[in-house]
Amino acid sequence: MSVLAVQSLCVEAHGKPLLKDVSFTVGAGEIVAITGESGSGKSMTALSVMRLLPHRVEQTSGTILLDGQDLGALSERAMCQIRGGRIGMVFQEPMTALNPVQTIGDQVAETVWLHSGATRDQARARARDMLNRVGLNEDSFPLSRYPHELSGGQRQRVVIAMAIAERPALLIADEPTTALDVTTQLQILDLLKDLVSEFHMGLLIITHDLAVVASLADRLVVMRNGEVVESGATDEVLRMQTHPYTRALFEASRHQAYLPPIPEAESGKRLLEVRDVVRRYPLPKQGMFQPRRHHVAVDRVSFTVSKGERVGLVGESGCGKSTLTRAILGLEPVQAGDILIDGVQPDRARGRVQVVFQDPYGSFNPRHRVERLIAEPFHLLPSPPNRMQRSLQVAEALEAVGLPAAAAERYIHEFSGGQRQRIAIARALILRPELIVLDEAVSALDVSVRAKILDLLADLSARYHLAYLFISHDLSVVRSITDRVMVMKAGKIVEDGPTVRILDNPDHPYTRELLAAAPRLPNFSQGRRDTHAAESI
Amino acid sequence: MLRFLAQRVGSLIGSLLVASLVIFLVIEVVPGDPAAVMLGVNARPDTIAALRAELGLDGSAVSRYLSWVAGMLQGDFGVSYTYRTPVAEMIADRLWVSVPLALYALCLTVAIAIPAGLLAASRRGRMGDYGVIGVTQIGIAVPNFWFAMILILIFAINLRWFSAGGFPGWDEGIGAGLRALTLPAIALALPQAAILTRVMRSALVDVLGEDFMRTARAKGLSQSAAIWRHGLRNGLIPVLTIIGLQFAFLLAGGIIIEQVFALPGLGRLIFQAISQRDLIVVESVVMLLVFAVILTNFLVDLAYAVVDPRLRKHP
Amino acid sequence: MSGGRRASWSFLTGAVLVSLFAIAALVSVIWTPHDVSGMNISARMKAPGGDYLLGTDHFGRDMLSMIMAGAQTSLAVAIIAVGIGMAAGVPLGLAAAANRGWLDELIMRANDLAFAFPALVIAILITAVFGPSAVNAIIAIGIFNIPVFARLTRGAALSLWTREFILAARVAGKGAVRISAEHILPNIANLLIVQGTIQFSLGVLAEAGLSYVGLGAQPPTPSWGRMLADSQTLVGLAPHLALVPGMAIILSVLGLNLLGDGLRDMLDPKLRVVRT
Repeated sequence: MSVLAVQSLCVEAHGKPLLKDVSFTVGAGEIVAITGESGSGKSMTALSVMRLLPHRVEQTSGTILLDGQDLGALSERAMCQIRGGRIGMVFQEPMTALNPVQTIGDQVAETVWLHSGATRDQARARARDMLNRVGLNEDSFPLSRYPHELSGGQRQRVVIAMAIAERPALLIADEPTTALDVTTQLQILDLLKDLVSEFHMGLLIITHDLAVVASLADRLVVMRNGEVVESGATDEVLRMQTHPYTRALFEASRHQAYLPPIPEAESGKRLLEVRDVVRRYPLPKQGMFQPRRHHVAVDRVSFTVSKGERVGLVGESGCGKSTLTRAILGLEPVQAGDILIDGVQPDRARGRVQVVFQDPYGSFNPRHRVERLIAEPFHLLPSPPNRMQRSLQVAEALEAVGLPAAAAERYIHEFSGGQRQRIAIARALILRPELIVLDEAVSALDVSVRAKILDLLADLSARYHLAYLFISHDLSVVRSITDRVMVMKAGKIVEDGPTVRILDNPDHPYTRELLAAAPRLPNFSQGRRDTHAAESI
Repeated sequence: MLRFLAQRVGSLIGSLLVASLVIFLVIEVVPGDPAAVMLGVNARPDTIAALRAELGLDGSAVSRYLSWVAGMLQGDFGVSYTYRTPVAEMIADRLWVSVPLALYALCLTVAIAIPAGLLAASRRGRMGDYGVIGVTQIGIAVPNFWFAMILILIFAINLRWFSAGGFPGWDEGIGAGLRALTLPAIALALPQAAILTRVMRSALVDVLGEDFMRTARAKGLSQSAAIWRHGLRNGLIPVLTIIGLQFAFLLAGGIIIEQVFALPGLGRLIFQAISQRDLIVVESVVMLLVFAVILTNFLVDLAYAVVDPRLRKHP
Repeated sequence: MSGGRRASWSFLTGAVLVSLFAIAALVSVIWTPHDVSGMNISARMKAPGGDYLLGTDHFGRDMLSMIMAGAQTSLAVAIIAVGIGMAAGVPLGLAAAANRGWLDELIMRANDLAFAFPALVIAILITAVFGPSAVNAIIAIGIFNIPVFARLTRGAALSLWTREFILAARVAGKGAVRISAEHILPNIANLLIVQGTIQFSLGVLAEAGLSYVGLGAQPPTPSWGRMLADSQTLVGLAPHLALVPGMAIILSVLGLNLLGDGLRDMLDPKLRVVRT
């Protein structure tokens, strides 16, 4: 019998359906993944099982059975015993999932104490065992540690220890690795896999990442707009791709943009030159008479970007890539070295370098109309165009990124995430720059939207002779849109070369580690149209 | 921890020095010579000069500031122009009324606000919450001295449960003293309790939206247990700031309430001193009040470190 | 999303109460039911009703007329004091947030210091030096408001400075002053308006307190606080002497607070407002 059986689940908010007739099961020792794009209802499904739906969101019909027991029939009090006891849950954001003012030992022990009636000492002993089990050993991670003293991956381990402390029958993990770096992601996924077989529990994992699904799940549930579109054994679903939506999702996940070659006339001419750049931040002094110490975010970095060249910069969080980006944009001072754009300093070459940021929601002043937002860089011109010219140029930029000219009259909140990223690209294009810095520009987007934006960027690079500096943590995105890639670690560039060579044949051990950790979509060729993406990561 | 403490003590001393300088400079610009004012229009110049010397008014501003600060460090606030008695003694007498009043009011404030805030936050969006919000909305609007007059009208004049004012002194026993301070403390505390309740409620509501509260629920804690075990301590962090500000306010606000109840506290002293232009007393009492505010902020900073482990260590 | 929300119950109640007092204050400039300072010993301490809608005081003066004229003093003092606080505090806060270096440090230190002087203490100091007057009350409450607005502005502006649209403006070559005026200020305007109404209500309360203890408006300027001080010894004989000015204070402060809450709900429910 299955551990969890969800049957015809319907959930509404203010009379608007969020989940429609959702059914699936999870067996003991089985890993089931729910996948889909944002708004598909996958997280809502998890919260329904926990009966922790947000205020004013209600289950209207359907049953949820845990080991055959109807959870909907239980009192809130009985449900409290189920949560943490029979069902454990792990959340997406490990940085905020733990109480900042309580030690990790107390937080794990609380689950034990709450469900088993163990004494304080027994609970703490169990907490110790569980922390050891998830890889936080006694010497480095005593129970008295506070969350802020741990990294994101370590915190996620604490959350897992808390969730499995009572050996639940079912573990629910809602995007457990989305906020983590790839190498940490691999470790956490391995840990979850081991725990499932060791405890013989069911694991319901919610993720947007098909590659994670492919490498982990026994069975797969694909959701869209609150409905299950397809479910079955992972292998079969991904191999057959019977449902068009599953196929579209799969295609988008391994999408390769067609990157036009760099025009002959342009190639080799130096555009951006970074020479021995150092960026240090002072750390607080340890004592009155001790010398001040520094955190070196960027450590003697040198590279060049030629005209029309599309260069990727990859690395994990904290490697210094964002700091380097800001220095190139002239937003941050450097302590040593030179940044030159065609021979001049960045703050004097602002019009020639523009930027697209990650967050489609935070990149625009919500109080201005799109025309004013896109026209903002005109400020850099000694004589900004008059109103007529301005409107014409904004309309042209909007059309270049695939939006109607009429969009100029609207406010930013009327647009979706993907459309906003197009507007951000239009803003970057308006001055006809030579280099656009794309700082995680597609990371916040759903795969299908991401694929379209990548196509747009590839197309624009040829049309406008643009060079890109494409900053990303995601190797598959970089493969699709760059000619050359640089790998950054701890403030240094450890490897630099043609994208295909580096991603297929890395020299540096760190690059190899990154590539090995990145989850991979299996290649089900099946005679289907299969371009050069066969080795897609 | 030691470094944290040293840093805080350093900024405490710095603030006190600057505050004393500001107060001294303001008093410096007073038009007219206090000695001449005290002796009247017909005084002979040499008598005035003698009095100036006696009051320590001759000498440069710098030397007078230094001797004022040095004196205060030794507990010597100078001599009152009007009464010719040491200011320190006058203040010490009055502190025995003003400080207990402020503490009494603070205890009432916290005792009312914490449970009320908890109630409102845990019943958010329901009747209990709206009830508490409504009462606090009115509580914030009530001026404490008016509330004091109404308390006198009801409990002293009509019901005769308390006396309308005056203070018997602590010699009459702690019970009698507290009794005399009860109405003033209530008058001071209720409007402040309304403010603190709202702060408490919104701090808790914010905490309820945090991810770790969802983690706590996923562990199997009920809503109220999760608030009690995880929400309260996190919600307390902003509440502490307000409590600190309030103590200072209660001490200063006590000045007005003391007027209503004719209590022999700092308030009476300072208003007499203003009307008699006894500037040395004004200067000293103001310095004392400012000292109390700065010291309270210092203590709140330390309390933060106790509540929030993130502040104890530096990265 | 900004705007577009329905006016709430609290906004409407607050707006009605505040306009009532604002109209009373304005009308009192040209007309009051009776002469504000006209004594009529034969009609002393009359209970509300009849010729004198809110009764008379111990000199036989019409309470309604005094309340109307008092509203003028109260609102004028509070509005100017909030104006001083905003005019000085907002630019200081914007400058501190834009600079982040020694200027920020200096402004915030000065702020901490200003916080150590409650409005009452400033009023005491000023009165001790210049003697009591309504102007002193304005200055005292105004100075007290400066750090409130400076701190609020700085906090809100700091979080905006890290947002990507500000980075985009910097990439577009805009300087700190221009960004503060064009991007920061419009995005914190809601917050400032809401905090402004709250400080306004605190100003009304503070003005009443200061005139009550004789540090504010002096006779013959009518003031709610002084009406209460005058009624103190007579409250047992004629409770309306205390109740009428008391209700005037409570209703106007309540109105301003409700208006502030209502505005916040309408403009942006996530605004963080400081209350003390």
